[in-house]
Amino acid sequence: MSLKVSLFGITRDIVGTSVIELPAPAPATVGELLAEMRKQYPALGELRSCAVAVNNEYASLDQPLHTVDEIALIPPVAGG
Amino acid sequence: MKPAEETLSAAETNRYSRHLLLPEIGLVGQQKLKAARVLVVGCGGLGCPVLQYLAAAGVGTLGLLDFDTVDDSNLQRQVLYATTDVGRPKAVVAAEKLHAQNPFIELRTHQVHLTAANALELFADYDLVVDCSDNFATRYLVNDACVILGKPLVFGAIFKFEGQVSVFNYQNGPTYRCLHPTPPAPGEAPSCAEIGVLGVLPGLVGTLQATEALKIILGIGEVLSGRLLLVDALGMRFQPIRFRAVTANQQFTALAADYAAFCGETPSADGAAQAPEISAEELKTWQHSGRPLQLLDVREPHEYAQYHIGGRLIPLGELPDNLAKIRVDVPVVVHCASGRRSQQAAALLLAHGCVTVYSLRNGLADY
Repeated sequence: MSLKVSLFGITRDIVGTSVIELPAPAPATVGELLAEMRKQYPALGELRSCAVAVNNEYASLDQPLHTVDEIALIPPVAGG
Repeated sequence: MKPAEETLSAAETNRYSRHLLLPEIGLVGQQKLKAARVLVVGCGGLGCPVLQYLAAAGVGTLGLLDFDTVDDSNLQRQVLYATTDVGRPKAVVAAEKLHAQNPFIELRTHQVHLTAANALELFADYDLVVDCSDNFATRYLVNDACVILGKPLVFGAIFKFEGQVSVFNYQNGPTYRCLHPTPPAPGEAPSCAEIGVLGVLPGLVGTLQATEALKIILGIGEVLSGRLLLVDALGMRFQPIRFRAVTANQQFTALAADYAAFCGETPSADGAAQAPEISAEELKTWQHSGRPLQLLDVREPHEYAQYHIGGRLIPLGELPDNLAKIRVDVPVVVHCASGRRSQQAAALLLAHGCVTVYSLRNGLADY
């Protein structure tokens, strides 16, 4: 199974696209997803604050992931 | 909200007739708007549309909080200001424009830096706060003050082509800290000044904020509480994300002492060493004296291209990888546009071992 992740804010700049697909074997939890993405994009690991949403709901690190899930990385933004 | 005791004059009845026709608003709703007191924190990109629509809608008392003056670079998106307003205080100019648009409302200007020392007193006179600020320290401060005083908070923030909108602290709903418990590290989320922003974006996000403010005052519709609306102007997608309240975040009883330090924006007393500041006059005297000096400009290349004072350009984000280019035994004066980034850079230089480091107070704004 593979996973699609939508990127917002600075994560979009770091990865260079608005959506990425993580090929199989895909991470099983939100925590594993973040670890995998940080391996591919070390700059993501430097973000102290970044929320993850699964199916339009804030998710904890231990939340399991499935192929059909809509995943989003949401860092805070402050511009006004 | 205060009880709606306000009556409408004949002129006001004409002016607000399109509201009065709506059964969801009507006379009672328009009276609620007239009785409402709303504080708008920040009169920049987001503040302009928020203020324009709340003023036009007949919100009876509007507070305009901003200490800044109009700059040429604001005019691309801050639509209340004209070219001839450059250099004038934003709160004052905005109040003039809004008064001309609607002379039936009261406009209060607060030309102050919002701090932990004045926030509670300022907020106490308002029913609702709209956060249109542009930095994390202010956003955490605004949130905490609203939690302590029990005021609903309409939040909006922008980044390049994206926005985030939500309502915090509404009827025991979640707060800003429930969404973002940890502030990002300095430089982690670049500001509009550093990275740019699509001119119409604050208009898009600000009108959403104004819509939520009106709904809260009127008590109509589904308020955007417990949902963060992600706005993506490039994809033209609007995606609400649900999130929950964390009880501890709703039980603040006192403000933090220093929100800038909490957000790592300036080195705290017990953290990294803080560099002394130097005034523009002192720097000019030094430059003319011919005494050894490393002048370091930590702004972005596009800012440097517009105007510089001969400093060596190393943007703040690139400084950690370029510290070897700075001699530790020659005094360094570091500057940016306003004095904020240069303090972060100065802390890096001190940690690097530079013996003498000064940060230019207020940056190039004073030079």
